[in-house]
Amino acid sequence: MTFSPALEARLAALIRRYPAGRQRAALIPMLMYAQDETASITPELAEEIARRLGITTLQVDEVVSYYSMLHRRPLGRHHVQICTNISCMLTGGEELFERACRRLRIGNKQVTADGQVSVEEVECIGACSWAPALIVNYDFHHNVTTEKLDQLLDSLRGAAGGPTAFRPRADRGPSLKPSNGETAVDSGAA
Amino acid sequence: MLFNPPHPLEVKVLTRRFSEPNCASLETYLAHDGYQGFRKALGMKPEEIIDQVKISNLRGRGGAGFPTGMKWSFVPRQSSRPKYVVVNADEGEPGTCKDRVLMENDPHSLLEGMMIAGLAVGAHTGYIYIRGEYRYLIEIMDRAIEEACAGGWLGRNILGSGFDFDAFTHTGAGSYECGEESALLESLEGKRGVPRIRPPFPAVSGAFQSPTVLNNVETFCAVPPIVLKGGEWFANLGTPKNGGTRLFCLSGHINRPGVYELPMGFNLLRMIEEVGGGMIGGRKLKAVIPGGSSCPVLKADECDLAMDFDTVAKAKSMLGSGGVVILDETADMVKVALRLMRFYQHESCGWCIPCREGTLWLRKLLERLDAGRGSATDVNLVGELARNMLGRTFCPLGDAAAMPTISIVEKFRDEFEARLAPARDLVEIA
Repeated sequence: MTFSPALEARLAALIRRYPAGRQRAALIPMLMYAQDETASITPELAEEIARRLGITTLQVDEVVSYYSMLHRRPLGRHHVQICTNISCMLTGGEELFERACRRLRIGNKQVTADGQVSVEEVECIGACSWAPALIVNYDFHHNVTTEKLDQLLDSLRGAAGGPTAFRPRADRGPSLKPSNGETAVDSGAA
Repeated sequence: MLFNPPHPLEVKVLTRRFSEPNCASLETYLAHDGYQGFRKALGMKPEEIIDQVKISNLRGRGGAGFPTGMKWSFVPRQSSRPKYVVVNADEGEPGTCKDRVLMENDPHSLLEGMMIAGLAVGAHTGYIYIRGEYRYLIEIMDRAIEEACAGGWLGRNILGSGFDFDAFTHTGAGSYECGEESALLESLEGKRGVPRIRPPFPAVSGAFQSPTVLNNVETFCAVPPIVLKGGEWFANLGTPKNGGTRLFCLSGHINRPGVYELPMGFNLLRMIEEVGGGMIGGRKLKAVIPGGSSCPVLKADECDLAMDFDTVAKAKSMLGSGGVVILDETADMVKVALRLMRFYQHESCGWCIPCREGTLWLRKLLERLDAGRGSATDVNLVGELARNMLGRTFCPLGDAAAMPTISIVEKFRDEFEARLAPARDLVEIA
């Protein structure tokens, strides 16, 4: 299995971060960064990572089944993660989640027929003081109102006509421009 | 802007650089005391560093409030194994969003805190375990590490001292349980986030079975100013045995939610009224979750108290992680209890039975009560089950699920009783 040169370089660097003989430590980061490119953890990917780390695919599968951000099936190109935990619940997070499902005509963890958007109800994302909040792929959106949600969903589906603010997971560069959490978008920098 | 405008009552120690332009850069950091704590620590003996941290009365900001200096002193001085510094940046306690603000605006202070810890215990490698959702912060930290290496503040022979230190980020992949320190270490090693049996504690056998200093982001960020200005100075900012300031995350039904740095022991009602701008729409305060969702709730009439670890403990709750969630009279406490239990049940790692089964039973009972199909027996059973989980689980997640539940059922029993199924329906169901 081959990856983009940027991902290959990242995976090699990840393995070097850990003490000799402890390379298994790189497993979760490798899966997370690889998944950004491959869209999901396929059996082929799990085997490849296992081979590179000298562990069994079962050891990889054990990990994949445990962590909520590792997915065996591709999500939408734009994965909308809406928090409904306590601070967001008190400020309308549940209503936002239900509204998103209704507008997209999908349920929790489902993908629209065109593969563009998926939605997931998630636990606390650490945006409690700017609630309700959601994450699209890795980009935070704070103090979300129903109007902001509608605009966001429209732009993700390209309904507004113009180019979308987000690039597909598969061609996201390894680096996001970290200006601040709210507006972090791809810089395209390697 | 991610962070809110400052409030005049704030005491800015950890957040003092936040208003500087380009505050996350090495340049800004160096212009405002950056790496000066580390420079000073280079001239101190390891035990002198640990003594200053002990004198500062700094207590773990992740939630447990364990004295940091004491934790560091448990690392064996003589060890044939390499030692490690690990940062818990797996911020996930509902109501808590402060580590995010620190890493975003002042990433170098975290690195400096790690390096000082490295000097104190003899560690030369540090890992920052950051939750997977915080990818943009991983990139901020990676960039800060690169900048520090290029500037000679990290890597080999730092400042010609002969001291080496490498720091790396490590992404999580979505798991609340990994915020528990032994589960975090399992996850760091590439395994499922299942807690380890303790002892041995991480100080003796932590990352890669080696002695490890493991603290929360905010704890490490407090270390450079402690070393630079002295433990006593930091201790005097707070109350006895509760040194310094802390970042309180105000959220919920208040006018000015935000992350505010206030001295330990700041009065909770003042925090809500003056710093947080009071209740939305002038509505009445019903309850406060004082330190993240795992803490027992305080009723409005219990909120006139100093926010330090010991005073909140006396009120039978916890200062926890600094996540202060404010609920007004419109809050439905049955729904609050149910939402929190859904969270704990989802996040229970399944390793030990009281937690795995207990959280599931409790969720089902609370769902029934919320739907108006519960009986008075169910209300009692919620309290009974939760009390049976306390202290009987492998790690604190079971307690974290039980404590808020017990307090909500005890303090707001009337709300549960108002929702019971009519006796007629109960006969039919039976």
